[in-house]
Amino acid sequence: MEQVPPEPERQLQPAPLEPLGRPEAELEAAAGEEAEGDLEEGSEDRKMTENNFWLKKIEISVSEAEKRTGRNAMNMQETYTAYLIETRSVEHTDGQSVLTDSLWRRYSEFEVLRNYLLVYYPHVVVPPLPEKRAEFVWHKLSADNMDPDFVERRRIGLENFLLRVASHPILCRDKIFYLFLTQEGNWKETVNETGFQLKADSRLKALNATFRVKNPDKRFTELKHYSDELQSVISHLLRVRARVADRLYGVYKVHGNYGRVFSEWSAIEKEMGDGLQSAGHHMDVYASSIDDILEDEEHYADQLKEYLFYAEALRAVCRKHELMQYDLEMAAQDLASKKQQCEELATGTVRTFSLKGMTTKLFGQETPEQREARIKVLEEQINEGEQQLKSKNLEGREFVKKAWADIERFKEQKNRDLKEALISYAVMHISMCKKVGLVSLRTEVCSEVLTHFFETKFSYSDQIIHHFHF
Amino acid sequence: MGTLGGAGLAAAASPARTLGMEGERRASQPRSSGLPAGGAGAESPGSGAPVSGSSGSSALLQGEVLDLDEDEDDLEVFSKDASLMDVNSLSPMIPTSPLSMINQIKFEDEPDLKDLFITVDEPESHVTTIETFITYRIITKTSRGEFDSSEFEVRRRYQDFLWLKGKLEEAHPTLIIPPLPEKFIVKGMVERFNDDFIETRRKALHKFLNRIADHPTLTFNEDFKVFLTAQAWELSSHKKQGPGLLSRMGQTVRAVASSMRGVKNRPEEFMDMNNFIETFSQKINLIDKISQRIYKEEREYFEEMKEYGPIHILWSASEEDLVDSLKGVASCIDKCCKATEKRMSGLSETLLPVVHEYVLYSEMLMGVMKRRDQIQAELDSKVEALTYKKADTELLTEEIGKLEDKVECANNALKADWERWKQNMQNDIKSAFTDMAEENISYYEQCLATWESFLTSQTDLHLEETSEEKS
Repeated sequence: MEQVPPEPERQLQPAPLEPLGRPEAELEAAAGEEAEGDLEEGSEDRKMTENNFWLKKIEISVSEAEKRTGRNAMNMQETYTAYLIETRSVEHTDGQSVLTDSLWRRYSEFEVLRNYLLVYYPHVVVPPLPEKRAEFVWHKLSADNMDPDFVERRRIGLENFLLRVASHPILCRDKIFYLFLTQEGNWKETVNETGFQLKADSRLKALNATFRVKNPDKRFTELKHYSDELQSVISHLLRVRARVADRLYGVYKVHGNYGRVFSEWSAIEKEMGDGLQSAGHHMDVYASSIDDILEDEEHYADQLKEYLFYAEALRAVCRKHELMQYDLEMAAQDLASKKQQCEELATGTVRTFSLKGMTTKLFGQETPEQREARIKVLEEQINEGEQQLKSKNLEGREFVKKAWADIERFKEQKNRDLKEALISYAVMHISMCKKVGLVSLRTEVCSEVLTHFFETKFSYSDQIIHHFHF
Repeated sequence: MGTLGGAGLAAAASPARTLGMEGERRASQPRSSGLPAGGAGAESPGSGAPVSGSSGSSALLQGEVLDLDEDEDDLEVFSKDASLMDVNSLSPMIPTSPLSMINQIKFEDEPDLKDLFITVDEPESHVTTIETFITYRIITKTSRGEFDSSEFEVRRRYQDFLWLKGKLEEAHPTLIIPPLPEKFIVKGMVERFNDDFIETRRKALHKFLNRIADHPTLTFNEDFKVFLTAQAWELSSHKKQGPGLLSRMGQTVRAVASSMRGVKNRPEEFMDMNNFIETFSQKINLIDKISQRIYKEEREYFEEMKEYGPIHILWSASEEDLVDSLKGVASCIDKCCKATEKRMSGLSETLLPVVHEYVLYSEMLMGVMKRRDQIQAELDSKVEALTYKKADTELLTEEIGKLEDKVECANNALKADWERWKQNMQNDIKSAFTDMAEENISYYEQCLATWESFLTSQTDLHLEETSEEKS
């Protein structure tokens, strides 16, 4: 069995350490299914393509969560939760899995990983992390990060995140990601060494670009609108769902009060004691059935939340495009103005205002040598500018192409996932109706009344029992 | 002993007691009487036809029966002097004439033998310079001889109902008079003329009058008849008759004084009755609170649900590939929402009013117990006076004789009515809960069907899609 994955150095080159903007470096880092691993040594080709579907060979799971205390950056004690990540390699012959790596990570490290991916794969719709703090809560859930239910849901969310990254054709090949799963200590240092924080586009710059860009690709503009709509509708849905859940909880729990009254009554009742007690018991069962129901619903909400956060990831790609486009436009503008300046210097006409022109007027003309020198400098700059523009253009187009490929992939994934989620929501409701309906049948009345009920509605009751049988 | 202590929602094991009641009509179906003690004490002075519950005699009600016409006269007398005499203290009649046999049959509480139909509807607001109030239209249809016509339509306000209740209580202090809806609801009700409040009250008033009509004794009460038939001015003049304010106040003072003395010799069956009432009252109050709370929670749930479905439709506008699924889910949610609404209205129409009526009944019952105790206390105090005072022995003895009769009648009236009341209570509560159960079951069935059909449509589609992809 070959060592999967192969040694780190042999793996696809780590994300570029050179400044972004060098087309070759980016292409190297982001080689997809196409073997742009022409750049790699030939013998690694096979290994590369086998690695493409890493997920087939690797099982990743976030299997445990643990409360820990430690000291933070300011040397103060803090409590946090650590998650155990286990990686298993699957033998292809007999399907058995062997534990290859296991380490503990906390949420903040996941964040670092994601930020890194955002910087180095700006054309990819990077999977989102589960929420940092519990939002869209209804009254039962605490917004406390230490709450066991919240921790459990977060564990599942983190596992989901890792699986999404590992099944992404591009992201799965990243070295830092691999190290995240395999190298416990020192990972932080390694990732910091890539200098990704410095390479991140400043928020301000991005905002500026969004407002000032003149000709962004229309598809990205539409995508941005779509992602805004998606975010707004899912937020609204989650908020209402939380309120509905809260109310439903209230309804069920009040029924529990019936249970208490009946039980107490049964204690002092001689004739109907058993019936009342049984009714009381069933009321309690009914009242407590809501907890499971709402827990299931919470999972559904988490599925929706993932796509809520995906909206932000989509917007990040759009922003990147706008930034690049703006950059391109600025470069073109700059080039045009330089060319004009050069022309003016050469012909001696001054059409545009320039400081040099002013000073010339004020302090006298410059010598022909000085002018020549300036023209030369400008010509050099123009040359450089044209080169830059060309490469920026190329970059831009490459970006758009790759981004759209990933966006199409994302769209299909989203459609599949959401459809499945809606179907599982229906299944959830069906099983709830069955379960609760049956309890309700036994609950509302004590057994003697039920007998009476069945006596008078015999055929109807047959139908019910058949229907509710599961 | 302790059979009277049997509360419970199911009627199954409760036998009705048939006792020979003087002039008291028995409305419930006789069954095999399994009751010891209390039942035997039915021998009341002057009882004409004492009956011990015989198993198997389920057909005709056995008991004392009054002829209709005679009854009317008695009531006439009765309403003018309402302080002492109960209908029951009249000499018993033995059924002989065919007419009385027919009457006998009529005394069972069966709907198809009803001869008095009352509806309360059309609340209307009236504004005067002094006040604003609501009147309700009351339509009475009857085939009874003593009514001048077969149809009556009058308008009455809540005060009139209060008056009627007061008169009935005066006339029959130990009968279980149906309760009136409250004057006003203390919490949450700012506007006295809120629509829901008026509707709830109207339904309760309707119930009130019909319960009186169904009651074997009360239905023939003269004030009741006046209430149903008299025009407004006639009613006001009728109201002015009867014991004046001062004498009524005197009664009240006496009543309070005697109740302060306490009852020493309450018979055991009434002790049991009292215990039952206390337990029942406590439980029914709790159930009332819980049911109201459930209604409130369900209402709020429904309000939120209404918003939930449409969001999915909104979403479908931006997702071409998910339109079917989203619209499907939206429609399921809306259907479940409607089912919730139906369930809610079922709750507010069947369970809540019934439970609430019995809350009021339980208060009513405590009042009845008190009045019975008072009557007994009067007797006791006179007896006590007799043992200490030697003077006026003759007068006292005579008074004691009268009071003994009075106590006897009161007790018997209460006992008979108690059985009837318990029977009704068990039926009402059982059917209210059964109805609610049915509502719930139908609710879950509906929801289940909705979601299942959505699921089938989705999986069918899915199968179509995957087979397309494969081909």
